[in-house]
Amino acid sequence: MDLYALLAQLLNGLAEASALFLVAAGLSLIFGVSRIVNFAHGSFFMLGMYVAHSLIERLGGGSWRVMGFWGALLLAALVVGLLGALVEMLLLRRIYKAPELFQLLATFALVLVFNDAALWIWGPEDLLGRRAPGLAGAVQLFGRAYPSYNLVLIVVGPAILGLLWVLLTRTRWGVMVRAATHDREMLGALGVNQAWLFTGVFALGCMLAGLGGALQLPREPASLGRDLTTIGDAFVIVVVGGMGSIPGAYLAALLIAEVKSICIGLGTVQLASITISFSKLTLVVEFLIMAVVLVVRPWGLLGRPQATNRHAAPVEAPLRRGSGRYAVAITVSLLAMAALPLLNQSLPYAAVLGQDVLVAILFVVSLHFMMGPGGMHSFGHAAYYGLGAYGAAILVKAAGLPMPLATLAAPLLAGLGAMLFGWFCVRLSGVYLAMLTLAFSQIVWSVVFQWDAVTGGSNGMIGIWPDEWLSGTRYYYLTLVIVALSAYVLRRFLFAPFGYALRAGRDSPLRADAIGIDVKRVQWLAFVIAGVFGGLAGTIYVFSKGSVSPDVISVGKSVDGLVMVLLGGIQALTGPIIGAAVFGVLQDSVMRATDYWRALFGGIILFLVLAFPQGLAGISLQIRSWWQHPRMAMTAERQEKLT
Amino acid sequence: MSDVVEPALLEVSGLNAWYGAAHILFDVALQVRRGEVISLMGRNGAGKSTTLKAIMGLLARRDGQIRFMGRDIAAKEPFQVARMGLGFVPEDRRIFPDLTVTENLETGRQQLRHWPDGSPALNWTPDALYELFPNLGRMQGRRGGQMSGGEQQMLTIARTLMGNPFLVLLDEPSEGVAPVIVEQMAHMILSLKARGASILLSEQNFHFAQLVSDRAYVLEKGQIMYEGSMRELAENDDIQRNYLGV
Ligand SMILES: Nc1ncnc2c1ncn2[C@@H]1O[C@H](COP(=O)(O)OP(=O)(O)O)[C@@H](O)[C@H]1O
Ligand SMILES: [Mg+2]
Repeated sequence: MDLYALLAQLLNGLAEASALFLVAAGLSLIFGVSRIVNFAHGSFFMLGMYVAHSLIERLGGGSWRVMGFWGALLLAALVVGLLGALVEMLLLRRIYKAPELFQLLATFALVLVFNDAALWIWGPEDLLGRRAPGLAGAVQLFGRAYPSYNLVLIVVGPAILGLLWVLLTRTRWGVMVRAATHDREMLGALGVNQAWLFTGVFALGCMLAGLGGALQLPREPASLGRDLTTIGDAFVIVVVGGMGSIPGAYLAALLIAEVKSICIGLGTVQLASITISFSKLTLVVEFLIMAVVLVVRPWGLLGRPQATNRHAAPVEAPLRRGSGRYAVAITVSLLAMAALPLLNQSLPYAAVLGQDVLVAILFVVSLHFMMGPGGMHSFGHAAYYGLGAYGAAILVKAAGLPMPLATLAAPLLAGLGAMLFGWFCVRLSGVYLAMLTLAFSQIVWSVVFQWDAVTGGSNGMIGIWPDEWLSGTRYYYLTLVIVALSAYVLRRFLFAPFGYALRAGRDSPLRADAIGIDVKRVQWLAFVIAGVFGGLAGTIYVFSKGSVSPDVISVGKSVDGLVMVLLGGIQALTGPIIGAAVFGVLQDSVMRATDYWRALFGGIILFLVLAFPQGLAGISLQIRSWWQHPRMAMTAERQEKLT
Repeated sequence: MSDVVEPALLEVSGLNAWYGAAHILFDVALQVRRGEVISLMGRNGAGKSTTLKAIMGLLARRDGQIRFMGRDIAAKEPFQVARMGLGFVPEDRRIFPDLTVTENLETGRQQLRHWPDGSPALNWTPDALYELFPNLGRMQGRRGGQMSGGEQQMLTIARTLMGNPFLVLLDEPSEGVAPVIVEQMAHMILSLKARGASILLSEQNFHFAQLVSDRAYVLEKGQIMYEGSMRELAENDDIQRNYLGV
């Protein structure tokens, strides 16, 4: 790559950084003030693209087209900002005091709803936007043609950064926003109505995302997949830059965009006898950067340790041992699951769904093990599921191991992965830990995706079936036994001294440390155990399907697990089981009922979040308390409002 | 007392409060009248801070009657209470560390108030506060996080005064600051009092309280054990020994 080519790539990076920055800045701002990790932020970006497309079609023609074009972009940003304000007022306001992860779940439901809304309004086809009038061509730079529109983008990033800086430091509103970032309760006691501050910040953040999307339209078509790719990038940038830091977001956007551009510029390089494909590295390079930054500077490049959240959710209630009735319920469920294959005649599909639900239960129970009692929130549990699945496939296919041996060995492989990643992860906590787990799972994903020779790349691997004597219904029963045993073993762990130490470390790391518990070690061990059982789920999965593809390690898979844990309720041990079963059946039935299953599914999640902030497993508790102490429940609710 | 006709500025009765399941305050009752400086005394953990927070609406669970200037505030949010002219200075100061002194003051700013009889309440500007706290005036551009404990204590009081409150709830201004600062605090409170300010002060330091206040309530384990004039309390050795550890 010669010098001019390098310069051109660097310019590309600058343009790319602007778009990334706009989304990330909004996300960071929102997180800083409201502590809400807005999963739907990428959706606002996507909506910005679509709305801009529609507006430009209407306003961008005729003799006023220059003004119409730019006016349409700004208008699109405003529309998206307004939508953000509505979301904040109608939804988020009701759940600020819910546990952090519930807020995440609610915003995730919004992703589903917005995606289907866009599908309904704009259809499934990608929509190519008009070029900016007068900027459709290229300019000569360093002897090459360079798209002139990119020059606009290059300027927009720093300009918005400057405007935000002025807004935050030179206006009363900005001072309030910065104060709220640190201690919103105190700000309230000084007479500031936080509700409107939050609405304003959320609207501004969404407007920035919408603007980012609108500005991107002349460069790439609006598409329905843009919500999730955008939120992935934005999370990474916010974490690398430091959550809540706007200059940090620009720095991180610049760093990542430039490194990516250089990778593309380098292409495939021959070093000694090794061929390195740098362009393929772009898939993972941002996660590599994030992993390094989180390990070296856990608060991000320009971030600072998170202020203790004074509005933290209440301390988790102690786990209760099951009663006699509980044992009856378990037995009945097991018997019911065991009876499923008997329905083969009338409901041939039931056993297939049952198999999937069982695998999901194991996956989610293992995730819950580290999230609930362990207090470590993972956004990347699919990594271990995938290691188990691919591990088994490779051991059987490439190493020629017999299937039972592979079934034993593959989860251990996943455990090794968890051991390596967990060592880094347990050094962090909260959102940062979650982000690092996400980074590691993306790294695993991209290795699997690109290592064609061993993993089959994007095609995956096929023909991985259980031995003859274990096929069909027998495999279903094997699964049932393994899942039940695993759930039992994980439960036993929690009521052993190890489990007490784990929960002590979650509730009060300092005090646990003071009584001689090596909190990090205990958490590391929990991480590994969760990895092994997550891997076991993947192993069972691969033999039940006979094939595996990189999708099993995708962010979507991790998010599914998260949703199941939260649906079931994080405080109850039966939560993940209920969550996985409800999720599986719901998804299956909703998917077959309508084309807009995502919206319906999202709507159901939103309803559940608003109605049962303790999760589904909390329903029975909630109903019982209403029944037994109607008056107490009412006062408790009133007091909630007073908080 | 000559002003019996005027309702008390703050009137609390039957106040109970909880942290989680722990019942902390038991039927606390107290009153503050316009122009008074009242000390709420008691040992560490007696419930002084909890009382002030409960009045402000900062606790998840509380119960009882709280009337401020004749209006019921028991179900109001903290920001509503603050906007009615009840200022709160927390014991842990809670300065915004990234904000400069001037910006910290800005966060507390509210408009000028008038008493029901039409007379204006004290109207604070940053300049007036810099006069009251000369130290702050010399470091207007400094960030809150880079100030000493005593300076932060002054800033947190000044920040609340920016709201031009009718009444200030002041939680242990003398706690954890150097003796010279304690002295300055006492002067500051006396000077506020001379201008007609009303203050409900939580305090463990008996001499400090004696210097600045008119009346006192003594709390022990969340219950009011004594109420009376500061002068009577100074002569009551039993109460001092049993509840104040003097
Ligand atoms: N955040 C809290 N959570 C639980 N208990 C608390 C909390 N703050 C104070 N307490 C308890 O409430 C009681 C009263 O505390 P506090 O009002 O702070 O006392 P004081 O201000 O008189 O020193 C003490 O027993 C204390 O341990
Ligand atoms: Mg106190």
